[in-house]
Amino acid sequence: MNRRKFLGLVGATAAVAAAGTSAHAAGNTHFTGHPEANAVLFDATECIGCRKCEDACNKVNELPKPDKPFDDLTVLDTKRRTTEKIYTVVNKYENSKNPNLPVFRKNQCNHCQEPACASACFVKAFKKTPEGAVVYDESLCVGCRYCMIACPWSIPAYEYDEPLTPRVMKCTMCHPRILEGKLPGCVEICPKEALKFGKRDELIKFARNRIEAYPDRYLDHIYGENEMGGTNWLYISGVPFGELGLEEGLGVTSAPELTSGALAAVPVVTGLWPVLLTGLYAIHKTREKIEKKEKDDAVSAALTKAASEAEAKLSSELEKADVANKRKIEVEVKKAVEEALLPKDDDDAPEEEA
Amino acid sequence: MSAENTTGRSALTPFTIVAGIIVIIGLILTGLRFMGGLGAVTNLDNNNPWGIWISFDLLCGVALAAGGYTTTAACYLFGIKRYHSAVRPALITAFLGYALVVFALHYDLGRPLRLPYPIFVSQGTSSLLFEVGLCVFIYLSVLFVEFTPIAFEWLGMKKLRNIVHGWTIPLTVMGVVLSTMHQSSLGALYLIAPNKLHPLWYSTYLPLFFFISSMFAGMSMVLFESSLAHKNFHHLMDETHKAESEGVALGFAKACSWIMMGYIGIKFLGIALENKWAWLGTGYGMWFLVELVGFVLMPAISYAIGYRDRNFGLIKITALWTVLGIVLNRFNVSQVAFNWKLPAAERYFPSMAEIGISIFVVTIGILAYRFIVTRMPVFYEHPDYKGEH
Ligand code: SF4
Ligand code: SF4
Ligand code: SF4
Repeated sequence: MNRRKFLGLVGATAAVAAAGTSAHAAGNTHFTGHPEANAVLFDATECIGCRKCEDACNKVNELPKPDKPFDDLTVLDTKRRTTEKIYTVVNKYENSKNPNLPVFRKNQCNHCQEPACASACFVKAFKKTPEGAVVYDESLCVGCRYCMIACPWSIPAYEYDEPLTPRVMKCTMCHPRILEGKLPGCVEICPKEALKFGKRDELIKFARNRIEAYPDRYLDHIYGENEMGGTNWLYISGVPFGELGLEEGLGVTSAPELTSGALAAVPVVTGLWPVLLTGLYAIHKTREKIEKKEKDDAVSAALTKAASEAEAKLSSELEKADVANKRKIEVEVKKAVEEALLPKDDDDAPEEEA
Repeated sequence: MSAENTTGRSALTPFTIVAGIIVIIGLILTGLRFMGGLGAVTNLDNNNPWGIWISFDLLCGVALAAGGYTTTAACYLFGIKRYHSAVRPALITAFLGYALVVFALHYDLGRPLRLPYPIFVSQGTSSLLFEVGLCVFIYLSVLFVEFTPIAFEWLGMKKLRNIVHGWTIPLTVMGVVLSTMHQSSLGALYLIAPNKLHPLWYSTYLPLFFFISSMFAGMSMVLFESSLAHKNFHHLMDETHKAESEGVALGFAKACSWIMMGYIGIKFLGIALENKWAWLGTGYGMWFLVELVGFVLMPAISYAIGYRDRNFGLIKITALWTVLGIVLNRFNVSQVAFNWKLPAAERYFPSMAEIGISIFVVTIGILAYRFIVTRMPVFYEHPDYKGEH
């Protein structure tokens, strides 16, 4: 792989990542929910804890029979949560306003406008429908259970005992029934009209009017209007919502917004890092090269220096040698001349020379 | 290469016996898990969907395998050549680490056969888990490619080895990019649950915390693992490796010390910016300080002293200390400080079977590590490729 190809590949990863961020809802536009979405308003001042909604939910969703029948109200004495077999539970709470009258609250999926579960799911098994319900597609679910981590109200439950095809289970807002034009099972059966079904906008108006009409009866807050970006299940109550087991202080930031910063960092990282790192590597390579060149230069300089020095030495040696030679020659010549000038009749002389 | 392999002595060393027993128990537990479902072996419930298979196998596993990108980056990108002998052991650890993370995920996922779904069937791109999954998937492939030259040298496949060897730099860059993303995304996973994670641990800086801590986690793991390797595989190491290992220890100790100090700095910056000082006075605050002072600040100082005094014993101990600190941090985020508002009776504690599977996974890792380092040129340079780096 050459560098060009490699950068292309990194670019592709970045593109995937960027596509990722543009696809999710928390861009820089403020999502205010689907205009036609339905909602359910729960009125805690009306609920009598009869558990009829639980019964209806069990029937319409064809859930397994409970251990104790739905008309057994003793189960209200212990706090319960939604499970893989129970999509909705009614719990009993102490009434801080009127200690003799307990209050009840029905618990189920709140069908968030920007659901944490959907935003968390890495296979898009959860989907917010325009009708309001947040629905789950078991044919995609991998069973990572990140949706359960993510849900602020800990609603989704899991079929832990199912070895092969476990599912995430939660209230569907009776989405199939809504599509058929019917009411959700729980809403339909509620004898006290503690549950009211309608368009979300209209229900909010209705709730506000009620709060205004009965200021002594209600707290001035519609739980779910803005919590976590707003939900399609709304609550009004006479006691603080925290006392009804509804998490307070959740803030109005939706789940996708909570994570959008981290997701937005992805293109930055995929875009910036390779450039930066390749740059770093290049700098370090260049530095290495410069160092090498400097070293090479120094070596060759030293070599040249040594060579010229050697040359100089050589020539001076040669010169010296020359001088010596000359002298030697001179000496020899002189000798020869002297020899030649020697009297020839001297017989001993050649022997001496030898 | 190793004494155990060539002398034909009995294979029944205490190590192999223990490992054998763990593997057998692991296989039995595996059977129970896949026949009975998650409920048959785990203490997970609807309030606590993630147990130690996520906390330990995934979060700690990925953090501790960070030595792969830190070491290769130091050696190849920052040009610190004297770390070269640390690269291969670190790569092996990282590769095995990530492979085991993916292996362990099969136990935790409700429908493990659908593991490829997020990438190939339906991309939930708004999910941080998608990002983690995609990065881990690609990075595991990168690590695999980075590992192949080692195997090719062992198998004598020169041509292939030289081709892959030529990709070193791009692979290293990819490794750093992918690691940055998924290390931080693991922290970012918890951003979605502000009401469930204790305020001292919940922070918009969580991704940064996870990323920075992964650096010293990875380096400490390289140091810790190398001290174990020196004990057990000393005979396999060539002179370069032995000669360089002191420099690696000193360099990593110094780097860790600095990064850990910086980490403490931004941890407190997080507390200050989000004004959470009051929480420090609570029980959870104490525990937070135990983690930060006892397992980050103190080892950071200890690393600095070890560096200054060239005290290799101290550096080794500090490496283990830091590794434990990282494990503590990941457990705190994912278990101790998670669901902190739930009454004690609804909190999670792992079952024996869950712990057993985690030990089984680690054991498989150690066995694979031994298999590789006793056969392949990890601690020594293959004679055919000497000084070729
Ligand atoms: S309440 Fe929970 S499960 Fe229901 S839509 Fe919201 S995040 Fe999803
Ligand atoms: S458990 Fe299923 S639905 Fe929930 S996040 Fe994972 S893949 Fe999505
Ligand atoms: S809307 Fe339907 S599924 Fe949800 S609680 Fe009511 S009956 Fe059950």
